[in-house]
Amino acid sequence: MALAKLKQDTTAARLADVTLPTGAAWANAARADALARVRAMGLPTRRDEYWKFTDPTSLTAVDAPAAALFDTDEAPLFDAVDRVKIVFVDGILDAAASDDLTVEGVVIERLADVMAADIHWARDIYGVLETCGQKPVERALAALNTAMATDGVVIHATAKAAKPINLIYLHSDPASDVVLHNLVKVDAGAEVTLLETGPAAARFSKCLEVDVAEGGAFHHVRVQGRDHERRAVTHCFARISAQSTFKSFTLTFNGVLTRNECVIDIVGDDATAHVAGACVGDGHDFHHDDTVFVTHDALRGESRQVFKKVLRNGAVGVFQGKILVKQGAQKTDGYQISQSLLLDDDSQFLAKPELEIYADDVACSHGSTTGAIDETALYYLRSRGVPADQARNLLTLAFLAESLEEIADPALANDLRDRLESWLARHR
Amino acid sequence: MLEIKGLKVKLEEEDKEILKGVDLNIAPGMVHAIMGPNGSGKSTLSYVLSGRDGYVVTDGSATLDGVDLLSMAPEERAAAGLFLAFQYPVEIPGVGNMTFLRTAVNAQRKARGQDELSAGDFLKVVREKAKSLKIDAEMLKRPVNVGFSGGEKKRNEILQMAMLEPKMCILDETDSGLDVDAMKLVAEGVNALRSEGRSFLVITHYQRLLDHIKPDVVHIMADGRIIKTGGPELALEVENNGYADILTEVA
Repeated sequence: MALAKLKQDTTAARLADVTLPTGAAWANAARADALARVRAMGLPTRRDEYWKFTDPTSLTAVDAPAAALFDTDEAPLFDAVDRVKIVFVDGILDAAASDDLTVEGVVIERLADVMAADIHWARDIYGVLETCGQKPVERALAALNTAMATDGVVIHATAKAAKPINLIYLHSDPASDVVLHNLVKVDAGAEVTLLETGPAAARFSKCLEVDVAEGGAFHHVRVQGRDHERRAVTHCFARISAQSTFKSFTLTFNGVLTRNECVIDIVGDDATAHVAGACVGDGHDFHHDDTVFVTHDALRGESRQVFKKVLRNGAVGVFQGKILVKQGAQKTDGYQISQSLLLDDDSQFLAKPELEIYADDVACSHGSTTGAIDETALYYLRSRGVPADQARNLLTLAFLAESLEEIADPALANDLRDRLESWLARHR
Repeated sequence: MLEIKGLKVKLEEEDKEILKGVDLNIAPGMVHAIMGPNGSGKSTLSYVLSGRDGYVVTDGSATLDGVDLLSMAPEERAAAGLFLAFQYPVEIPGVGNMTFLRTAVNAQRKARGQDELSAGDFLKVVREKAKSLKIDAEMLKRPVNVGFSGGEKKRNEILQMAMLEPKMCILDETDSGLDVDAMKLVAEGVNALRSEGRSFLVITHYQRLLDHIKPDVVHIMADGRIIKTGGPELALEVENNGYADILTEVA
């Protein structure tokens, strides 16, 4: 079927100057395949159903709109956490600023090196999980990432990692247009925690492919930086085997446009997949979109989607979440909740929760709510002497609490709670 | 302590007068009770004094130690020493009871120019006071009032009162939803707080709470006014004969 004219033009313009990086034969093939898929699918336009609530124009434009750098005197996140820091400046790994990559339990490599190696396990994952995640909904921006990415990290957890790995994405050029692609392979029974922090770029395209083997565990905590004008489109494709655990949490502050897609395939029995997010947005140019697709294709899988958004001064929040339970995926336990707290009448929350179930013995529930601060609770707090602003912040944090509880490590969760508190204190 | 003069209040959203001229004067250390039939304006009086939205004062005044209460925000009234034990304590999911108590205590201390209590000092005090109200560590950890039984909620109100040490305490139907044992426990908590410098206004439908919290003065409220004032015997009269006699007598 021919692509619509707008889609055709958008795609042709974007791809006109794209030349594929070269590396090992398998890498070249993966990139060429990805590019061919982008051409066939066409890049998203605002006429696409999947982009109904979020305009992708600035993400598909040839040039990235510039984003002013944001000065902050806040201490770096997770400063007190013993972790391996890997620093990217405008999408280029800065080895001098990064820690030594030797950590017990994991092998960390640079994507650029891996893509040049003739033999590497990465060939079984790079672009492979992404390709699987293109059905039933096309995600052309992820394929474009696979085609273009040159840098990123490749993590192989062979045992329980001694410490978390923190990817720190610094933004130093106001016009930076960055593409990063990370791979994580968790062996049977192994465990690793990946932290991602920082704004990264004026325009950031990031793809993460995660393969968790039997009984493995992958923990992911991400904070999307505070640069007001930055744009980001991120994808996470995860394949979860039997008895394994996948947990991902994202906290988003500011930014003009953020689209976070998370696609999880539960392919082994008794596996657990939780994906959660909290975002706080202030101002009519804030637009945040969480798009999640969880597929249950095994017995007794448990999945949770917990998304909370605090929106004010005309900010817009979007949630598109789906649980697909395939035939035979009996005893699936799927849960999905998306909620927004609108602090004024100008802000907007758009939600599209979906369940599609082909098994007859499952428990799936979903809910979505939009509301204001509970006036009765506010009065109760104030009657106990808590000033109105402080009471409002307390209730706002309480609203976000359920999503933060999805973070397994309490020290990480506390760090994020503190950040939220100071953000709220600044935005009154 | 608390002085209310000719207080008239109507609802904000409809032109309905609820309080039609209330006069009340409570001296330091005294316990006053207000009784009255449903819809007489008892709860409205407690809400208006504590600063709840939705009411408009059309006339009269209310002062606490000579300071105008009605012009203050709810949190300022609390810092000035006013406390309302709610008839229906509010559930606040996501806010731990302990966090709530400490935030409240420290906010009031700050408003009064005192240093905030350290986490350790606070914990010590709260544990001691919680113990006498039979509030266990689990209840302190749980979100405010969420999943609490009726009795637990009311005990939690009294714990807040004990922690905040107000000088003017208003108890709005604290006995509602309580069994006899729970009522005794709550009453003991209240009695433990009675002191020369602290006054109470106990709002109730029934005399039985007043068996446990002995009032100095009893008022009968009907149709937005205090229609009769007397000693504890007035409560017994209501218990035995209902409100009908008094209403007729006054009319």
